[in-house]
Amino acid sequence: MTRTSLHNLRLIDPEAGTESPGGLLIEDGRIAALLSPGAAPEGSIDCRGACLAPGIVDLGVKVSEPGERHKESFRSAGRAAAAGGVTTIVTRPDTDPAIDTPETLEFVHRRAQADAPVRVLPMAALTKGREGREMTELGLLSDAGAVAFSDCDHVVTDTRVFSRALGYAAAMKALVIGHVQEPGLSRGACATSGPFASLRGLPSVTPMAERMGLDRDIALIEMTGARYHVDQITTDRALPALERAKRNGLDITAGVGIHHLTLNELDVADYRTFFKLKPPLRSEDDRKAVVEALASGLIDILCSMHTPQDEESKRLPFEEAASGAVGLQTLLPAALRLVHAGDLTLPQLFRALSLNPSRRLGLETGRLALGAPADLVLFDPDAPFVLDRWTLLSKSVNTPFDGARMQGRVLGTWVGGSRVHGGEA
Amino acid sequence: MSFTARHLLGIEPLRQADITALLDRADHYAEANRRGEAARDVLAGLTQINMFFEASTRTQSSFELAGQRLGADVMNMAMQASSLKKGETLIDTALTLNAMRPDLLVVRHPNSGAVDLLAQKVQCAVLNAGDGRHEHPTQALLDALTIRRAKGRLHRLSIAICGDIAHSRVARSNILLLGKMENRIRLIGPRTLIPSGADRWGVEIFDDMAEGLQGADVVMMLRLQKERMDGGFIPSEREYYHRWGLDAAKLAHAKPDAIVMHPGPMNRGVEIDGTLADDINRSVIQTQVEMGVAVRMAAMDLLAQNLRAERAAQPA
Repeated sequence: MTRTSLHNLRLIDPEAGTESPGGLLIEDGRIAALLSPGAAPEGSIDCRGACLAPGIVDLGVKVSEPGERHKESFRSAGRAAAAGGVTTIVTRPDTDPAIDTPETLEFVHRRAQADAPVRVLPMAALTKGREGREMTELGLLSDAGAVAFSDCDHVVTDTRVFSRALGYAAAMKALVIGHVQEPGLSRGACATSGPFASLRGLPSVTPMAERMGLDRDIALIEMTGARYHVDQITTDRALPALERAKRNGLDITAGVGIHHLTLNELDVADYRTFFKLKPPLRSEDDRKAVVEALASGLIDILCSMHTPQDEESKRLPFEEAASGAVGLQTLLPAALRLVHAGDLTLPQLFRALSLNPSRRLGLETGRLALGAPADLVLFDPDAPFVLDRWTLLSKSVNTPFDGARMQGRVLGTWVGGSRVHGGEA
Repeated sequence: MSFTARHLLGIEPLRQADITALLDRADHYAEANRRGEAARDVLAGLTQINMFFEASTRTQSSFELAGQRLGADVMNMAMQASSLKKGETLIDTALTLNAMRPDLLVVRHPNSGAVDLLAQKVQCAVLNAGDGRHEHPTQALLDALTIRRAKGRLHRLSIAICGDIAHSRVARSNILLLGKMENRIRLIGPRTLIPSGADRWGVEIFDDMAEGLQGADVVMMLRLQKERMDGGFIPSEREYYHRWGLDAAKLAHAKPDAIVMHPGPMNRGVEIDGTLADDINRSVIQTQVEMGVAVRMAAMDLLAQNLRAERAAQPA
């Protein structure tokens, strides 16, 4: 029987919404006891007042296997995750080829088990080749371990195909994750419409395109009764529609990526391609509105939207450069900016990072409760550092935070009671 | 002291004093050109490479002539025909060229921001000859010089910019420059060709030509950029001409001494009436072309001075 005891902690409990001093005992991979402040059993590790929270469950991570292993592998993504306090990565199927058959999923599963030190749960494509024409074998994929279905940033434009896939998924209670965009409006765009994009001469999309995509999907969920999650809500105007859909009792949740919460369109400055994301960065007003929605719980889940891109695909004119940023290791320190700014409390933050994604996927993780899996992150929320992107463990280091002053250092990560990051104490 | 920049990538980073310094120098070259005086010592021993990733006749020949009049060794590279077809990236092309040690690099590229990107990778002075829909600084400078010579000043003028603003780098550079020099700017055009957020650029926006041209000192027409449109901005060219094409009747709303400008090449009968374009009492379109050479001479002269000063300051 393996035992680990940690004391002198600030326990961040997102379920109770509390932050309290105490200790914790891990036995056989699970949380065996919560210790009162001052209790320090024999051999217990003194954590010197650091925070302990349920490990992050990062919904929507791109690991570039199969197809582009030079950009990111299960090994490199897994190590980056462990260093970032991410104990479960939920992988995206937008690989090459797409993860759209049980055989490909099996390959991913095998690679992940062999190489990644954290838990890896795969998603599968909703339609074959993510082409929006025919649904994938949702049943067989579910049996093979797919935790959700998504065509990622490809919108299924044919509403007949999409409604059938939603209906079929609803019958088997599978979770569908959608990307909300009106594709006619967003075609060719790489910035958000407004004075800045126009001044830079970049093709842009109105923020209204997100709400139009959401409105359409809400109508289809109402029609089919599907379990549905929006990958990213990034604009103010989409929020009332989301709120209404929730109030009407639809089975809908929403997420947001860390970059849309901490950066805005002006950060693109002189065409910095590391700030090119999909959807594009928004106005400061939108950013603030989305932060508020995360604090209120209207937006449920915060994720990294980890998207590795190599140097070559970013060293191009802005319009031609690849979209996306890595985020596994910077998710927590970037999110702590919101805590330091007074926008969120630590329990609110971990509700969005750990508890809600676990609940949405029906996992036991995400809680600091007796009997829950000991997937934990120990961190100092205040430790300052300047990020050097070349120190990141991902194979691709396309982060917009290079050179940024950040606060928050992960001191230790446990997955199922085993320490996967950090030394003693 | 003014204009100490390494590159001329856009109007955005320039100050009033930079603009004035460039225009004063250009004025000098305009006069010298009229007198037929060459100044072949100014860029003697320097190499100028013109790299056009997008077809151009007038801008490229204007830069070429400017360089030759100042004594530079000028080389043209037709980029569409060469390496891009073979899959070489812009950065690789830049590094290859950099290794040839040019002094002045004149670049046009179809993507916004591409010239900025290239400038980060080379040691020479880079002149932006137009990047996507972003900026075309020498065009704005030559327009400014034309206006200053015709109107005797470059401030407190009412300037109407008409037509396809959305796809126009000329419009962006002109709005920036004329705004910095404290003029009143109006944008006139179909709503589909006014960029979103332009109302927050400190300009006035009009749908109607008659209303927008009221009392204007300068009427700047833009080319309808059919090649940049992916369909459906205007119903037809004849409707566009009817509503926004400049003819004598519409021009009558501007001041009686208003000048008419166009960056060229013109679509006669689409954005401007052919007779009006040729009317030497109103149109300064030919003067714009003439000032283009002078402005490019001035820009290369000043950048070469900065480059030489920088090189002299470096330890050998």
